[in-house]
Amino acid sequence: MSEPLFSAKSKKVFTDPFSENNPITIQVLGICSALAVTAQLKPSLVMGLAVIAVVGGSNVIISLLRNLIPNKVRIIIEMVVVATLVILVDQLLKAYAYDVSKQLSVFVGLIITNCIVLGRLEAFAMGNKPWASLLDGLGNGLGYAWVLAIIGFLRELLGSGSIMGHDVIGKLYHAGYVNNGLMVLAPGAFILLGLLIWVQRTLSKYVED
Amino acid sequence: MDEFKEMISFSIRAIFVENILLAYFLGMCSYLAISKKVSTAFGLGIAVIFVLFITTPANWMIHEFLLRPGALIWTGVPSLAAMDFSFLNFICFIAVIAAMVQIVEMVIDKTSPTLYASLGIFLPLITVNCAILGTSLFMVEREYGIIQSTVFGTSSGIGFFLAIVSMASIRHKLRYSNIPEGLRGLGITMLTTGLIAMAFMAFSGM
Repeated sequence: MSEPLFSAKSKKVFTDPFSENNPITIQVLGICSALAVTAQLKPSLVMGLAVIAVVGGSNVIISLLRNLIPNKVRIIIEMVVVATLVILVDQLLKAYAYDVSKQLSVFVGLIITNCIVLGRLEAFAMGNKPWASLLDGLGNGLGYAWVLAIIGFLRELLGSGSIMGHDVIGKLYHAGYVNNGLMVLAPGAFILLGLLIWVQRTLSKYVED
Repeated sequence: MDEFKEMISFSIRAIFVENILLAYFLGMCSYLAISKKVSTAFGLGIAVIFVLFITTPANWMIHEFLLRPGALIWTGVPSLAAMDFSFLNFICFIAVIAAMVQIVEMVIDKTSPTLYASLGIFLPLITVNCAILGTSLFMVEREYGIIQSTVFGTSSGIGFFLAIVSMASIRHKLRYSNIPEGLRGLGITMLTTGLIAMAFMAFSGM
């Protein structure tokens, strides 16, 4: 072991995906679920946790196996590892949070084809040690989760006037405020994410050619 | 005749109102990445229709005869008939999709080299397109029959095709417009997709 566990480099690996290298707004990965589950805050948070667990776990496993995997069949092996972890997450959700698991419906299963997972495995875990891979996986999972949390928060607040199912707008309805139903529907998700990307990219000064 | 009519309206609903991409957000990654040029978007769209047309019925059969609760009754072994293998859905479906994409690739390569050349790299990449796996999972969740599944799969593919080709054409026009810096690329694409999604929702009265 040449470098300490919490060196500056591993800190950078962990915190980069929060902003400068965010999986959703900069790398453009895993957009499907970011839009699909965010009509309310609670499923967004659960989905964020599920992805953190799967990305972290699969990154460590593939990183441990990286010298044993033949290059030609690596995609299939990665898929099997990811699918196994997703089955575990799905069964856990069904056992302990059945309502949320029903709400998320097919999107838990779709973590398998979530590009963030495969992208991190290919780009990082295949060439790095387990500890760094764990940090990278957790960092990317968190970077994904905070974007989901913000979109979920805004869509539930503007679309149904509540947060985590609790009504917060209440009195404003008498003053003539009306919920914006578009936010709950698909177009609202696209437009909100578009605006969030605009803000995030302006702050981190990222410009696409 | 009535059944036929029902299938037509079912198919139109899957193409427009419940568009796999614009209403369920499946296949966004490849949609965003491949919609820069009309010709490649066209090739990917065709490949997706083709793969969905094959994998959805194949996965239906696997679910019906092997995995669903009580599916193994045909074996005649009582202990097997009581088993519920549906937790294996994910891993079996993705394996079928990967295998099917590989077979489709080989068949196209042998029978029509021109089509193979035009699809190029997009064919193998379809394995990780969430629209394909998503369609199979929706089919299980909504308990479709074999004909419904095939129609649903194909229509979802057509919906994806329409969305990606129209987006590619719009991005082609956008290339010379003056867009604020942070909004360039992904941002403006998301906003435009929101507008397209609104347009597709107009079909929901049908």
